[in-house]
Amino acid sequence: MSLLRLRDVAVTYRVASGEVPAVRGVSLDLAAGQALGVAGESGSGKSTLAMALLRLLPRDARVTGEILLDGEDVLTMNWGRLRAVRWASASVVFQGAQHALNPVRRIEQQIAEPLLVHGMATPAEARRKVGELLEQVGLPAWRARSYPHELSGGQRQRVMIAMALACSPRLIIADEPTTALDVMIQAQVLALIRSLIAEHDISLIMISHDLSVLASMCDRLAVMYAGRVVESGPSGEVFRDARHPYSLALSAAFPTVGDPASRRAPKGLGGDPPDPMHLPTGCSFHPRCPVALPECAFQEVELWAAGESRTAACVHVRPESVQPAGPGEGLEKQSVPVARPAEESQ
Amino acid sequence: MNITWTRRRTALSRFWRDYRRQRAGLYGAAILIAAVALALLTPLVTDPAGMDVTRATGAKMAAPSLDFPLGTDESGRSVLLMTLWGSRVSLLIGFMSALLSMTIGTVTGIAAGHFRGWTSAVLLRITDWFLVLPSLVLALVLAAILGGGTSTIILAIGVTSWASTARLIRAQTLSVEARPYIERSRALGAGHWHIMTRHVLPNVAPLVLANTTLQVASAIVAESTLAFLGADSGKVSWGGMLRGSYDWGAATSGAWWYVLAPGLCIVAVVMAFTLCGRALEAVLNPRLRGVSR
Amino acid sequence: MTERRENAGERGSLLEARDLHVEFASRGRRARAVDGVNLAVGEGEIVALVGESGCGKTTLARTLLGLERPTSGSVLYGGAPLSYSSRALKAYRREVQLVLQDPTGSLNPRHTVYEAVAEGPRIHGMSDERDRVVSALARTGLRPPERFLHSYPHELSGGQRQRVVIAGALALDPRVLVADEPVASLDASVRGEILALLLRLRDELGLSALVVTHDLGLAWNIADRVAVMYLGRIVESGPVEQVLRSPTHPYTQALLSVLPESPSPVVLSGEPPDPTRIPGGCRFHPRCQVLAAGAAARAGVEGRCRSQPLAILPVSPFSADSHAACHYAGARLE
Repeated sequence: MSLLRLRDVAVTYRVASGEVPAVRGVSLDLAAGQALGVAGESGSGKSTLAMALLRLLPRDARVTGEILLDGEDVLTMNWGRLRAVRWASASVVFQGAQHALNPVRRIEQQIAEPLLVHGMATPAEARRKVGELLEQVGLPAWRARSYPHELSGGQRQRVMIAMALACSPRLIIADEPTTALDVMIQAQVLALIRSLIAEHDISLIMISHDLSVLASMCDRLAVMYAGRVVESGPSGEVFRDARHPYSLALSAAFPTVGDPASRRAPKGLGGDPPDPMHLPTGCSFHPRCPVALPECAFQEVELWAAGESRTAACVHVRPESVQPAGPGEGLEKQSVPVARPAEESQ
Repeated sequence: MNITWTRRRTALSRFWRDYRRQRAGLYGAAILIAAVALALLTPLVTDPAGMDVTRATGAKMAAPSLDFPLGTDESGRSVLLMTLWGSRVSLLIGFMSALLSMTIGTVTGIAAGHFRGWTSAVLLRITDWFLVLPSLVLALVLAAILGGGTSTIILAIGVTSWASTARLIRAQTLSVEARPYIERSRALGAGHWHIMTRHVLPNVAPLVLANTTLQVASAIVAESTLAFLGADSGKVSWGGMLRGSYDWGAATSGAWWYVLAPGLCIVAVVMAFTLCGRALEAVLNPRLRGVSR
Repeated sequence: MTERRENAGERGSLLEARDLHVEFASRGRRARAVDGVNLAVGEGEIVALVGESGCGKTTLARTLLGLERPTSGSVLYGGAPLSYSSRALKAYRREVQLVLQDPTGSLNPRHTVYEAVAEGPRIHGMSDERDRVVSALARTGLRPPERFLHSYPHELSGGQRQRVVIAGALALDPRVLVADEPVASLDASVRGEILALLLRLRDELGLSALVVTHDLGLAWNIADRVAVMYLGRIVESGPVEQVLRSPTHPYTQALLSVLPESPSPVVLSGEPPDPTRIPGGCRFHPRCQVLAAGAAARAGVEGRCRSQPLAILPVSPFSADSHAACHYAGARLE
């Protein structure tokens, strides 16, 4: 059974000049113990989606659809339940650890806070637990007495991970956990996350713009563009053999060192991410797409099957006969091409 | 550069739209406009002859009547007339000394924030010195040394009140100087003058504007205080009138009009400037913060 | 300046650091941010300077630009040492230009694209300001340039902003670009476009570039030579193919091994070390995986690793050889 189930999740921000659709109908499944990578550029809606999972978005954001965590809809929970879920079932590791920590409180106070608030430990137990958590994330226990500014960027990110682990969650949402960290520190933090989720059987949703990092960390990948999932599938396959031209461009953006094909040949994508208030018609990627067909400008796309448990929203993978739906891949077919990403099968 | 002009106009209209939302600021602006208009119109609608002690027509310390709506002073002059003429002096001194103080403060602040090493250290010491010095006493001494006159008072107030502005501007300058575009500009070959005038000054300008408005208010108070303590410009000002009313025991002898007219005017104008300054701060500061991203 | 260029010869080095040291006072201690570096960028050459944050690469770049003064050693441009008089520095700015990491912060939000690009020509009192701006914008791919002239930075995308920053540098017709993490804060798909632009500028204008980065993929994408910096020193340098395909320094090997696609990562423990406390002997030895695994001891160099400092690497432009500052690598060569 899936731990997290998203059905047609949409997030709209209300701003002075109108409504901005940031996420436009995303359906995803995450099995217990699985790691899912969500890739995309800034403005693709990936961080908004991550924040929506625990209702961490500001008030001017409207979330619709269903977000089922252990079968319970996060969007309709009352506040008390939501608070319990935020700590006990799922927790978030934010990007930019230096800003997410309170500069005037010691590390131990910050890690112990949820334990004490939820009455899960006495102060003495909490202190012991903090020491254990710090050791789990590779920091000496005496660091508990430190203030955030006394730690390096990598150490602060470790503290963030320790905080996320404090209440033994079943799901960790990591939003760009290693952006702004050095290569070596990034490798350390990634190795830490990898070993922790394996050890404690935690599910992981990791958000990043770096497809190569996601491919090395996650079982499955979902690539987002302009608020929608445009491709999903097993991570290795999506990374090495992308079906959607956008995923292809993302994976080519980070070259494999030593690969003659990318030597003196940086690959990018022309154009700029679309303005969410004025999305292109048809496939929203068509103005930047190197293999766009004339029909892409008006043809709505949806996630079509693109191989074994893979989907892609591109006319190049569209089956010959779109209309009759085959239940084989668990795809949701619709007679009217309302762009709504189909379910993924596990 | 037609487009630039259009952009400036839209920026201005956006500013006005935001400012309009500040109710207190609007009241302040209305009072100010009225006060300035009255001050400007006074020579056109009244006869300065009434200000001459020797040619005063009223009774001494007369209560308000139809002829003298705000009563008269110890020499029989109309308090209304004095208040109107006094507003010219008070406002002039307020504006000019605020301008002087802001100029010194801004230049010192930008220079202290921009330059490193001993230049900054020296400027900071001087600023601190002016900051801890009792400025009123200093102004009194200055006014005494330089002799009477409007410009003396302006100078005395301006020179003694710039230090806190300099501190403020320096802090803002430091935060602007830390931005990468300053580094880029330096790498392009920009000198100190270019960086200070093209990058720092436009960024601190909103702060300067808001602060000037507040500074006018405190300059008017300072002028009144100085005049009350005896260092006046030789012309009738609101502070001078208060001094006169005190000298002649107006408050104790029941001549409330003599005290109230200049007193209320000072309160109203100072409050109006403060309201405007706060409103300007509220409108301009979010944009300052937005810029710092 | 022109004679100097000719003197330097066609394949000579254009911009060079010679035994460069830069020290700072840091919390009462001396931080040796750049601690003996030889580095050269040849005419039309793209050199990548790779290292972790705190290794001194940004300080080195700033010193090469004349924004920082060396404690000892010298910066040479066209074979002549850089003079720090303000007139000479201003002239130098026309030759060597800077591109910063964060294009959003690099542009004054109150200036239009035109003002941002024209800033350099205005400072240097160049005529034909508008033509320079328009052609610089066109060269960086902002076409038609007229469309962008009156835009403000916040109206542009990240990639466009970085193009404006590059155009601002190009407006001075420089010979060298020093780019500090030019794509680190850009989106993945835009990254390649900006790198391709740097390559194209080299091909079209013969522009040399020193690209400071932590990203080995970037070096592989565009650089001719790469220099790997660790704790104020260059520990390995040479042609990109050699250094990145068969690295000899353990640090380079470790950096390459932690790339996501790599089969067997060597994750070095600990934080990047502190330039106020540079270890004796080989400065990498406390973290060195070769030393820790005992390979250095078997090769009989362990004692030297711990106590004997390494010589500063010679660096010459266009050199086909790679060099590594490592006792173990040296012993294996013999």
